[in-house]
Amino acid sequence: MALIDLANPTRFLAWSGRVLPWLAAVAVAVLACGLWLAFQAPADYQQGETVKIMYIHVPFAWLAMFGYSMMAASALGILVWRHPLADVAHKAAAPIGATFTFLCLVTGALWGRPMWGTYWVWDARLTSVLILLLLYLGLMALRAAVDDPGRAGRAAAVLTLVGAINLPIVKFSVDWWNTLHQPASVFRMDGPTIDPAMLWPLLTCAAGFTLLFLALHMLAMRTEILRRRVEVLEARAAAEAIA
Amino acid sequence: MMSHAAFIAAAYGVAALGLLGLTLALLLDNRAQKRALADLEARGVRRRSERRVP
Repeated sequence: MALIDLANPTRFLAWSGRVLPWLAAVAVAVLACGLWLAFQAPADYQQGETVKIMYIHVPFAWLAMFGYSMMAASALGILVWRHPLADVAHKAAAPIGATFTFLCLVTGALWGRPMWGTYWVWDARLTSVLILLLLYLGLMALRAAVDDPGRAGRAAAVLTLVGAINLPIVKFSVDWWNTLHQPASVFRMDGPTIDPAMLWPLLTCAAGFTLLFLALHMLAMRTEILRRRVEVLEARAAAEAIA
Repeated sequence: MMSHAAFIAAAYGVAALGLLGLTLALLLDNRAQKRALADLEARGVRRRSERRVP
């Protein structure tokens, strides 16, 4: 079966119904393993035990950007191919991405207070992630404000692509500006600067949270397809009642 | 002044609450849509592709 054949709501429901329980189970298992490794990992020589916050904060930050990248790819699917499943994927990703971005900000604040002496500073990294959260919330509000789902989807897709300019700003803000936030220490041209004793638990946690994100997104997509079917059937039932 | 352990506990607690809340909201929404669809189908309202040809 070609990949494009799966991009059909009915086939997606059948396929995802079989995959979702396994994906969720693997996500929970990998995440549990990652968190266990995180609590076995040594304390940082400067930060002490507060480095434990890294094992959740960093995956939340990565997935905040991953979620928005996924929405930007879906936005292209909406505007270029007008594919209904792209619209479903776009709409379903927004609340999940918003939650991960919110958790990134909160866990970052709770890590910042003991390390920097403050919960928040208006520096480039923190501010650009706050803008990312506002973009997610704005996209959800835009969809809720426009009655016609087709117009809402296209408007949200355009806004998503405009907002995608924020992604490289989030990523490179620590290099372009003088910020309180530390520079990248995993995805670097010269390789990670974290000790393997901390890197592997971090990567395992990141894999677990990524699988969880994908499982939640699949569930939300299934729900959105069902919601659209309910809306169509309710409209038909109302039309038949009038006739 | 909170101890470092309290900051770690707060971060993990907020993360657990946020993820559990999101999962619960998504599961409840899914259940509500399934129920609404089953209700409509029980009333005989079906998609065109599922209607029987007489």
